[in-house]
Amino acid sequence: MISSDPKQVKAICFDRIHLEGQTGLEVARKNGAYKFLPTVLKDFDSDHIVDEVKKSGLRGRGGAGFPTGLKWSFVPRNTGKPTYLLCNADEGEPGTFKDRDIMRFDPHLLIEGMIMAGFALGVKDAYIYIRGEFLHEANVMDAAIDEAYAANLLGENILGTDFSMNLTVHRGAGAYICGEETALIESLEGRPGRPRFKPPFPAVEGFYRCPTVVNNVETLATVPAILEFGGDWHAEIGVPNNTGMKIFSVSGHVNKPGNYEVPMGTSLKVLIEEYCGGLQHGTVPKVIIPGGSSTPWLTAEHYDTPLTYDAMMKAGSMLGSGAIIVMDETADLIALTRRLAHFYAHESCGQCTPCREGTGWLERTMNRVEAGQGCKKDVEVLNDAAEHMAGRTICALADGASAPILSLLKHFPEIVEERLMENAE
Amino acid sequence: MSEVEQVHFTEQRLAEIDALVKKYPSARSALLPVLHMAQEDFGYLPMHVQQLVADTLGLRLMIVREVVTFYTMFREHETGKYRLEVCTNAGCMLNGADELVQHITKSLGINVGETTSDGMFTVTEVECAGACAGAPVVQINNEYHEKVDASYMDAFITKVSSSEEGGQV
Ligand SMILES: Cc1cc2nc3c(=O)[nH]c(=O)nc-3n(C[C@H](O)[C@H](O)[C@H](O)COP(=O)(O)O)c2cc1C
Ligand code: SF4
Ligand code: FES
Repeated sequence: MISSDPKQVKAICFDRIHLEGQTGLEVARKNGAYKFLPTVLKDFDSDHIVDEVKKSGLRGRGGAGFPTGLKWSFVPRNTGKPTYLLCNADEGEPGTFKDRDIMRFDPHLLIEGMIMAGFALGVKDAYIYIRGEFLHEANVMDAAIDEAYAANLLGENILGTDFSMNLTVHRGAGAYICGEETALIESLEGRPGRPRFKPPFPAVEGFYRCPTVVNNVETLATVPAILEFGGDWHAEIGVPNNTGMKIFSVSGHVNKPGNYEVPMGTSLKVLIEEYCGGLQHGTVPKVIIPGGSSTPWLTAEHYDTPLTYDAMMKAGSMLGSGAIIVMDETADLIALTRRLAHFYAHESCGQCTPCREGTGWLERTMNRVEAGQGCKKDVEVLNDAAEHMAGRTICALADGASAPILSLLKHFPEIVEERLMENAE
Repeated sequence: MSEVEQVHFTEQRLAEIDALVKKYPSARSALLPVLHMAQEDFGYLPMHVQQLVADTLGLRLMIVREVVTFYTMFREHETGKYRLEVCTNAGCMLNGADELVQHITKSLGINVGETTSDGMFTVTEVECAGACAGAPVVQINNEYHEKVDASYMDAFITKVSSSEEGGQV
């Protein structure tokens, strides 16, 4: 049970995931699912809901951290066109694995969040775009949705009200880029996932050129608690401008990797030492990637940084999706950077030249450096290529691709130098 | 007689596709889900299956091809009966994925991307599976296996190989 005292809140999205049988509607309802939904549908109106979400300070959990209430308020009304709600369950950013647990352990939480969001936005058709590899999770969601339809929680005149909404699970097919919201929309329209130029933003022109809201799974799963306990309640959790709880997916060289939902503002060190059982080797991490592989690396000097959007920015990185990849002294940073360079080259959709060519250059050069066939000039090549990509493309994949390279060269020039010297000898 | 193979969806599949198409503003949105269905039914997506999907949804073959070639989960070629897809991205790499790939390919006597001559196993390296707490992660025919080590893979390979020899799957 979520506490109505913000200081006592232990979990929001993960409040019920450990309960047995939670994927089934009957058990989920006993545990509180859909309890507050009738009140929302009967006593709340759109403006009130958007205001509460604004007040809550909730920021998008998919990576960009954009305020959710504000995003919802950008949706034009009375355009004569339908408004669509798309849940981003593509979860492809290396290191991220939180949305999977919400969907496979508490699918009704996501459905309830989507009904509430859909009601606020006047949505008739909503979709969950889930990465193709998550077949089990898609099946769990499908089964839960079927049960929700049968119980009149979805479909026509939900719970006897005027509100009707359909919800459909749509599987992707193995393309990281489809996590980018406009690529997701292209993909949902049956096309290759090539991001669209923004503006226009999806809120105005999205799915089939209609107003569209794209939100992450964790974002939508937070909505029921905000509406039940109030925006102010949520704003009291965490720290100002970085409110609420956040799920961190911790992987790499920790003893207890996993998902941990903690109040925003908890320090990186506390999370790793107290929740994750510390490092596999040694006591201080060599590198921490705080927000998924596309975010700049932090080193030991930032071990105490609070987990907030603002503090991570100040430390030179980003909170991203909350995917924390921890490396201890045993990590081979050159091999890791080469592997990530391969990832971005493989996943670039290819429509912007700096990204298509740049990711290829980075991969080939890193292959050379790792194999001990590099030369001094390769450092320049890497730096130039990475710097020329960032900020010059349609989407942020190119920035993500340059982050590991620039981080390696910035924090560990001696490691690269050493590898190149080995070759010179 | 034409050499081109004729394939059809079953009546049940066609009914499923009909229902699916209605969930979207346009039939084209059903392309990815229908390709998943076709791949499930026919094992992979050779040209005549892509043509079938195009005809079923009323799309041009080029449109279907563009999508099939863009997405890594769609396979245009036959693979082994068991697809061993090892994640070698960051979290898995830091927990022994490269060594695992080496072990598997060595014990099967093939390279990454190849299929064993008996058509049983194909080994590939894939990107982050979104399950890094279970590193290293191996997907075997769409099913996740987590915290996999060499002996787990040995046991799996032995088990499915011997049950095949005994004539059962
Ligand atoms: C290359 C790239 C990949 C992305 N992948 C995801 C993803 O897998 N899941 C996600 O929720 N957001 C992802 N995003 C962010 C989305 O574009 C978008 O900001 C987000 O879904 C909005 O939801 P939110 O406001 O609830 O966070 C990605 C962005 C980029 C540039
Ligand atoms: S930056 Fe890269 S992935 Fe993004 S649209 Fe351009 S080419 Fe595609
Ligand atoms: S890195 Fe292997 S599952 Fe994420």
